[in-house]
Parts: sequence; C-alpha cells; structure tokens
Amino acid sequence: MNATTAEQASAPVTEDALRSVLLAGERPSRPGPVLTSLTFGWRALLKIKHVPEQLVDVTMFPIMFTLMFTYLFGGALAGSTQEYLQFLLPGILVQANVMITMNTGITLNTDIQKGVFDRFRSLPVWRPSPLVGALLGDVMRYSIGSAIVITLGLVLGFRPEGGAVGVVLSVALLLVFSFCLSWLWTMLSLILRTPNSVAGVSMMVMFPLTFVSNIFVDPKTMPRWMQAVVEVNPISHLATVVRGLMDGSVPAGEIGWVLVSSVLLVAVFGPITMVLYRNKK
Amino acid sequence: MGKLAIETSGLKKSFGTTHAVAGVDLAVSAGGVYGVLGPNGAGKTTTIRMLATLLRPDAGEAQVLGYDVVRDARAVQSRVGLTGQFASVDEDLTGVENLLLLARLLGYSRRRGRERAADLLDAFGLAEAADRQVKKYSGGMRRRIDIAASLVVTPELIFLDEPTTGLDPRSRNQVWEIVRGMVAEGATVLLTTQYLDEADQLADRIAVIDHGKVIAEGSSGELKASVGAGSLHVRLRAPEQRAEAERVLAGVLEVPAEPSADPAALSARISDPERVARALAELSRSGIDVTEFALGQPSLDEVFLTLTGHAAEEDAA
Repeated sequence: MNATTAEQASAPVTEDALRSVLLAGERPSRPGPVLTSLTFGWRALLKIKHVPEQLVDVTMFPIMFTLMFTYLFGGALAGSTQEYLQFLLPGILVQANVMITMNTGITLNTDIQKGVFDRFRSLPVWRPSPLVGALLGDVMRYSIGSAIVITLGLVLGFRPEGGAVGVVLSVALLLVFSFCLSWLWTMLSLILRTPNSVAGVSMMVMFPLTFVSNIFVDPKTMPRWMQAVVEVNPISHLATVVRGLMDGSVPAGEIGWVLVSSVLLVAVFGPITMVLYRNKK
Repeated sequence: MGKLAIETSGLKKSFGTTHAVAGVDLAVSAGGVYGVLGPNGAGKTTTIRMLATLLRPDAGEAQVLGYDVVRDARAVQSRVGLTGQFASVDEDLTGVENLLLLARLLGYSRRRGRERAADLLDAFGLAEAADRQVKKYSGGMRRRIDIAASLVVTPELIFLDEPTTGLDPRSRNQVWEIVRGMVAEGATVLLTTQYLDEADQLADRIAVIDHGKVIAEGSSGELKASVGAGSLHVRLRAPEQRAEAERVLAGVLEVPAEPSADPAALSARISDPERVARALAELSRSGIDVTEFALGQPSLDEVFLTLTGHAAEEDAA
C-alpha cells in the first residue's frame, strides 16, 4: 500500500541527518500556561479537521431536539408550535449544549487510554494544559451546536426580541457554563475505565439535570418537591438567563447565579480532576 | 566513568496486591545504552514510567540526571525523552502536525518549530509521509515517528520502552541504527526489551529483571560468564543417530548432552573447551556425520533460564 511504497522510496534514517538533528542543541524557553493550553486547543481543532465525523453529535443532536420537542409538545403545551418555540428555543439551546458537553468525557477517556497522553504528561508544561486545551477545543463544538440551534430556530419562526446582542451574550454565557461543566465529565473520564461507562454515567446525570428543569415546561404545574429541585438546578437558572437575554431583558441576579455555579463547578471538579490526572496509572 | 544518569534504590510500586516493582536498584552511567531485560509483566514498563515521572513510586528513591523524580519532576521532564510502548503520538494527526505540536509545547516559535519538524522527518526518512495521518503509517514508520517525537528537543537521556516489539526485522534494524546513532552523539539510552539478542546487540550493560526485582546486572559478557564457559551445539546429518551422539558427547565431555528442539541437534554445556575437539573427533570415529557445530558463549536465553529458572519468553504475569 501507500505506506510501504513511501518507506521504500525514502532512504530511512540517514546517519548525517540524524547527527545534525541531535546536535541541534536548541533549548527554547518554556512557554506559559496560556500558550500551552491554546496549543492543545489547536490539537483539538486539528482532530476535528481530520475526523469530522466527531461533529455528528453537535449537528444532529440540536436539529433533532429542536424539531422533535417543538412539534411533539408545542400543540399540547402552548396551544401552538409557534408560541411554544418562543419559549422552548432558548431552553433547547441550553439542553443541546449541555448534552454535547458529555462527549468531552467520552473523548477524553478514549484519548487518555492511548499512549499519547503519557507523552503529554511527561512534558515540562503546565500540567492541566492538555485538559484545558481539550475543553477549549470543545468550546468550538459548542459554538457550532449553538449556531445550528439558533439558525434552525430562526428558520422555524423564532424571533428573539433581544436581537443579535442578546443572542450573542446568551451564547457567550452558555459557552462559559459548558466549559465549566465539562470538568465534571473530565473527572468522570478519569475515574471510569471505559468510554462506555463514561457515556452511561453521563446519561444518568444528564437526563434528570436537563429534564427536571424549566427547559420544557413552566415548573408551576409540577409537584412542590420537584419545583424545589427545579429551582436549585443550575440548568434552570441558565435557561432563565438565556431566555431573558434573548427576550431583551438582563436578568442580573440570574446571571450572577450562573456565573457562581460555573465557578463552583471548576473549583470543585477542577482540582479533583487534576489530582486524578496526576495519579493516573 | 563519569556521573550516573540514573540511580535508584529500593524503588517500589504496587497496584493493589500486585507488586509490579518490588525494590529495584539501578546505577546507570551516562553515555551508552543500558538494557533492562525481562519477560512480560516483569516490571520493566512500571520502572520506566516511574523514572519518566509518570508514576509516583510507593517507596524508594530515584534520581535521573541528578534530579529526584518526585521532587524535581519538572527538571527531569525537560531533560529526558520518552517513547512509550504503545502509540506515543496522536494517530489522528499527520506526522508533521505531531512534531509541530510538540515543538510548540516545548517553546519553539511557529517558524522554528516547522523547521525542526521538517529536519526530524528528514532524518528519520519520513519526509514523504509528513502530511499523512500517523494511523496510516506502517509499523516501522510508526516507531520512527514515535522516536522522532522524543527528540524534538534533544534529550540528555531517552527512555525507549520495548522499541522493537512487533517490528519486522528490517524495521528493527532501523531502530537499532537510530539507537546507535543517538549514543554516538553522546546520549544515554535506557531501553527495555524482552528480546535477548536485542540486549546483547545494543546494550553496554544489562539489568535482568524478573518479578519486579533486578536479579542480575552486568555487561552481556559478564552475564554469560556467570553461567559457565559456554556450550557446544551440534547438528547431525541423521536425526536417528541423536541418541548415540548424546552418549558419545556425554562420555567425552563428562557433562550431559541435551537434545534441542531441532530433532537433529543437541547441545552440551562445557566446562573445558579443550575437550570439544576430542568430542567431535569421537563422533566422527563412531560414524556419526556432523553437518554443523558451533562453540559459543551461552546465549542470554540460557542466562535467563539459569537465573530465573524459567525461560525468558514465557509469560510471567
């Protein structure tokens, strides 16, 4: 095949060339954490370029969810699909994004099992940078997912009162939250052995977290105990914020809530992840 | 003889109830190839991973290039290169992307990184495969890109974990050439292998390791000498004469002759090389035709068998 012809064509390992690369005793100064994280982010983008199939979830999930829930529940819940879409789309945007974050853990688990992570871990770089870089690469995926949901929404008749500014701000906040939430999955990916078990556990967390929220329906019709859960669920706050911003209002208190929960997610799961990562066998 | 590149004492690591490394003491001088030889599951990889700061030892001390692997991990990391046993580059990326990624992480500018990547690919005969994904490389090319990736910044010490496992003979020779080339330029190479001839060919000194412990250490000559003077290997024209040949050899050499796996061959450990000529003459006098004979130092296989009581290739895990 290709590989063998190339191997025969090029003279392998010429002694002089080997000598000259070994003698090039260049020792560049060590780059900082931002640069190394961005470099790992670049790696994630290269992987998207070479394996575009991995974008299936960020393209199909959002389209499926938006169409399914709009037409499935629209008539029953809000009287008309048009009306429901105004309520649902910001929520679906949240759900689609949060669902996509699960993939972070699954990918990372696969990645870490390969030898290349050994090499990364043996490099003199800021230790979290391979993980941070992977998550930065995922932000690109979240952006694609968000763009698809919003475009589809606009096509179906969703009209954000908050205009472009509201939409951009809400997506920005969503990306921040998703980045922070991803640390939960990075932690799981380091605890669980196989990508399948990561996927399984992630689903178990994800379903209640997204459904027991105000994404799909107004919690007023729920039993009291469930309302209590919905109220503390950070996903509800996020959905409220996205709804507000897209509607042209600035729910400052709720934004604060989302930012605090984002910080908390990183503050709790970030260090646990790093300890697990450092002690990985 | 200069300073030590690696020094460990009482290095231990357990996984649950498995004592993967059960007290390893090593003293590896700078320059040259140091071979760590042992069967699967002997603790070779675990040892290398501790030395490369990937695993924290449970007990004991390890200094690499004068730096403690736990306390001065960073200093160790910036001076050593590691080529793991399995894919140690990103298979989804191309050869040049992999090297550029590492160059950037190690502080090269984008431009210098590209130049460095191109030089390395050239030196390893991979220039034409530069823009192909590594997963499409052949086994030998894979190994070369793995090693090239460890040389982005020339390391003082390079760890090669079973660098030739699973390679065809031609690719294996290429890897050996690379190792020899690196040593010629003054690098220290620590390589693990389960192939005795590899340790024999490449390593200046060898540590034999089994069940997480170093059971013998020395140059390959010393290890062989510790087992005895060597053996006589004889191959007969007619396999059915083997039993008779066994008797003749045993009589002259005064040691038992052992039948080999080859039905026409047998060998005997010898204490006194002088007797060999007489033994061969005696065979011919008895009408036994010998097609081949060899007098050799014991192979490392025999060394291993003598030291551990089990053969090297058998799985100890």
